[in-house]
Order: sequence, then structure tokens, then C-alpha cells
Amino acid sequence: MCLGVPGEITEIDGSEAIADFWGVERRVRIDVVGDSVEVGDYILNHAGFAIRKIPEREVEETMAIYESLFGDDPDEALDEIGADDDADIDIGRGRPQTTAPGGDAGEQDDD
Amino acid sequence: MTTDAGDLKFRDPETAQEIAADIEAQMERIGESIEIMHVCGSHEQVIAKFGLRSMLPDDLSVTMGPGCPVCVTNMPEVDEAVALAEAGKTVVTYGDMFKVPGSARSLADAKADGASVEVIYSASEAVELAEDNPEEDVVFFATGFETTAAPTAAVLQADPPENFYVLSAHKYVPPAMEVVAEMPDTDVDAFLAAGHAATITGYGLFEDFVEEYDLPVVVGGFEPLDVLYGVRRILAFIEAGEGGLDNAYPRCVSREGNTAAMGAIEDVFTRTSGEWRGIADIPDANFELNETYADHSARKQFDIEGVEGDADPLTEECICGDIMAGTASPEGCALFGEECTPQNPVGACMVSDEGTCKIWHEYGGKPDL
Repeated sequence: MCLGVPGEITEIDGSEAIADFWGVERRVRIDVVGDSVEVGDYILNHAGFAIRKIPEREVEETMAIYESLFGDDPDEALDEIGADDDADIDIGRGRPQTTAPGGDAGEQDDD
Repeated sequence: MTTDAGDLKFRDPETAQEIAADIEAQMERIGESIEIMHVCGSHEQVIAKFGLRSMLPDDLSVTMGPGCPVCVTNMPEVDEAVALAEAGKTVVTYGDMFKVPGSARSLADAKADGASVEVIYSASEAVELAEDNPEEDVVFFATGFETTAAPTAAVLQADPPENFYVLSAHKYVPPAMEVVAEMPDTDVDAFLAAGHAATITGYGLFEDFVEEYDLPVVVGGFEPLDVLYGVRRILAFIEAGEGGLDNAYPRCVSREGNTAAMGAIEDVFTRTSGEWRGIADIPDANFELNETYADHSARKQFDIEGVEGDADPLTEECICGDIMAGTASPEGCALFGEECTPQNPVGACMVSDEGTCKIWHEYGGKPDL
């Protein structure tokens, strides 16, 4: 819950943006980033919100850190940003349906 | 070779050995046992995963304190969420919270019995769920420290739908550090503060703490070398016989922090006192929605029924509280790896990916590398 992940902003629409994390795109809110953000900027994503714009001079270094942190296991990197295991792109996918009482109880797997 | 936080290559083994040798020399000069407490599950993960404790001298201990927000969420807070789910609300929460037991039951138990409980990844997903289901009351059981409190505040500021409510269990770390520093059974010589929480708060936040307690506080990042560098910096303060504050994670943390995020937190929340599970009643460390946002406060808008049923008797034996206060380790718990496992957790420390027990169960606390 406390580990932020860096990504590159590829689109901006108001307070929402799309960011690229190792080729996987996710929506990211940019209303509490505390800085002006443009396409091409790198941000530190935390639970769907950018919490810091990473200064340009530190982008390369920071990306290298995280790439080395996750090693050769992209699945682990995807877990960190909350992407589905089989996700290759994750824009505008359907919302999870609210489970009606008596519905698919017990199927949720949050591991 | 000089090592500066900004120049570290973050996991270069040679540099790690070099810093470790420095640390050993520092400890020889200090000549007494030292305990450093960190307050972040992500720090514990990197320490355990990379076996960093095996690189440290025996008389230097690095202990995890109250750094797992899921773990310090109090049982009655979980009970409130379970009660709302059982009363027909749709309760959404972060995945780490799903299996955490309350006094009697978890949200996973409630869902198994047919209640509407969903796991979400971000606060904005919780709002979207409310927008897509206007006929339902959607309650976001919001947990975590400053890093997740800011997003919760942001979605409340952005005029969410009327059927969106927040049950806040957000927590604020600095007062807990003070409580732990003052505990008679805890002998903490210094703190390694959590880098990403400090991204929000700024490291300047710790200036008052350092002045009052005269202890070293160093903000650290999450690479192995970040942690070793932070430890080395702390020992330099100790060797000099002084408290002090340093930022060993400058690529993400500034003195001021993220003022927009802190502004959102201050606009939406007021701080109240409350129990942190198993640790203590901590003053001004719980984030509660203030009056401006009362329309979206689950506690203000719903009559949350009391919880019935007996607590699991094993819960009485659980020592999560002592572990989070730094006075015990998972190996000191009779349940660890026996009755209490990640598949069948007794205490919250075994549920969350950031809980000390789950991390030790996965990696071992002090692997022999």
C-alpha cells in the first residue's frame, strides 16, 4: 500500500491522465500531484493517484531503480500497479460488477 | 569512494558490502547495542527479501514498528465495515483489508454470506462504482496512511455522487512514532522514516519530533542500498551523540512534501484520537471526515449497529500489537506458521502484504544468506 510506482504520462484529460508502466497503460488521477504535469512527464503513482512528478533529471535513474527492483519479472511490476495478471492494456475496461446478495460469494481473490 | 544518497546505484553488491563494512565499523566505535525502528511495510519487504539483516552486526537490530496501515486498523473499525455490509450497503475497500478479521468476522466472511463487498484498487474506482450504481449506498472503507488519505480527500473534494460514503480508518504516522518512542518496553534509538509517506508530508514534518526526542530520524527509500545508506546515516548521528534529521531519499522526498495533497487532507479530514490495533490509544492519529463532508461520512449518515458474537479465542493469543510496537518478533509468537498462516490468518499482521508476520512467513526475517 505504501510503495509508489513510476510511469510516463501519455494522455491528459482534466484531472485524469493515462500513464504507461512498462508498456501497461493505466488511468491515473493527477489532482493531488502538486505540480503541473504534461505528456511525457514521469510521475510516481500510488493507488491510482500521482503523488509526485519525478524531476526530469531523476527520471532515468529512478526508472533504472525500479526496473532493477522488479528484475526480469514484469508480472511483479504489474502487481505493484494493480493490473490484472493477464492485462496487456487496461484502458476503459468494464467496471467490476457489484455483487448482488447471494451472488458470486467467495470468488473474490485479492491475493 | 564516497557514497551519497543521490549517487547510489541502489543494489550494487560491492557498494552494499562497502556500506555494510562502514556500518560494522560504526557499530564497533559506538560499542553498544542499537535498535533502529522503521515504520513501513515496504521497508520490511526489502529488508526481508534481500536478507539485509544478515549483513548487519548482531548488536544492531532493525525492527518494524507500526508501519502497516492494515495491521493497525482497529477491530471495531473492521466491525463497522462488516456491519454496514451486512446491513445491505455495498462496501468497497483495498484488497489488503478484505480478509482482516474484526472482532468476529472479516469482510470476506460477510461476502461469503452474501453481502455486497468489492475490492478496489483506487479511491476513484470506489466513486465510479457509486456512479454506476445510483440505487445503492456505496461505502468506501478507506484505510492507509497519508499516501492513501490524500486520494480519499481528493475524490471527496471532487463532488462525488450522493450515494458515495467514506468509512475512514485512515491513520497518521507521526503521533504513533511519539507513542512508540515513549513506551517503557521499547528501546528505540532512531527511526528510519517511510519515504513515500514523506513524499506527501515532506521530511520537514519530523523536525519537531527530532527536537523533542533528540533522536535521529532519516527518511529512506526502498532499494536495498537506500536502506543500508539510511542505516549508515542514522549511525553517524548516533556516533556523534546527537539527534538529527536527514533525507536519504531525495529523488522522491522534499522538505515541504506535496503541498497539494497535504492541502486536500487538511481540507477534508480532522484528526481524532483512537486505538491503533494492539498498540495503544494514540492522540490525533486517526483521520476522520470533518463537518464539511458529513454528507459523505458513513459514521454520520448511518446508524452502525454494534457487533455481536464472540471474538476468535486465538485472537487473544495473537501478539501483533507487541510486534508492531517493536517489543516482539513473529518468531516469538506461538501461533506463527502454525495456527496463523497467510491462508488462515489470525492477526492482521499475517493478512496484509505489509504485515511483519506475512513478510517473515514469505521471506524469513533473517535469512542466512
